[in-house]
Amino acid sequence: MKNGSSVYVHIPSELGFEKVAMSTASSMATLMGFSPDRIEDLKTAVAEACINAIEHGNQLNSSLSVGVVLSTNDDQLEVKVIDDGAGIAAAPAAPDIDRKMHGEEDPRGMGMFLIQALVDEAEWHQGPPGKSFVRLVIKLNKESQ
Amino acid sequence: MQATTKVTQRTATSASGSAVGILALSGDISSASKDAILGAYQALDGTTPAKVLLDFTSVDYINSSGIAIVIQMLLEASKSGSRTIAIFGLSPHFQKVFTMVGINKYAALHGNEAAALASL
Repeated sequence: MKNGSSVYVHIPSELGFEKVAMSTASSMATLMGFSPDRIEDLKTAVAEACINAIEHGNQLNSSLSVGVVLSTNDDQLEVKVIDDGAGIAAAPAAPDIDRKMHGEEDPRGMGMFLIQALVDEAEWHQGPPGKSFVRLVIKLNKESQ
Repeated sequence: MQATTKVTQRTATSASGSAVGILALSGDISSASKDAILGAYQALDGTTPAKVLLDFTSVDYINSSGIAIVIQMLLEASKSGSRTIAIFGLSPHFQKVFTMVGINKYAALHGNEAAALASL
């Protein structure tokens, strides 16, 4: 695959469509030669980023779409997931299974934690409508980890 | 647009000879799965064995909202104090993800049904 190749996907702000972005990311990573386990990591991270964009960024507003830009750069795949929300100022605390099991913490709220845990880089950028995004990167040279 | 979740119930016998209830999940496990999964769990009556296995062998996709539903089920089981839940059939990736969020602390993760039944 040519270095600098990009693919743009726009998905409706409807839960379930994150699987379209997930499949696209999987195809790109396969073309780049990522291992199956890293591709599974990427698929989950991209799905969670899209779910956050659909639910929190675009508030499930069917008139808005979520943009997903996948770019190859050197030996890495970068994925930007863009929505119309205000963005995230700070990452929430890591989920605490003990607190969840005692009813002291919402059972949900694990998406950002999983994204950070599964990819090599994850950054959240705040911006005006249509400009807030999360940027994920997975690197080929981290294959041995 | 979310794919449906199916849950079927069956029983099996553990290596120690005790009855085990199995809830076999299939399809996608997401926020849309809540009624199917928690409904199936809540429908288990007093005749259902105290040991319950969740079978993920035929599950295609799980997201964090789906994992949260599993946590809710574990919370219900914990509150009841009378039921033990274990899990089998997760892909290696989702065994890793379930471990990352700590579910393995409250439900043992097994590779397949035979391994799960052997542990009970």
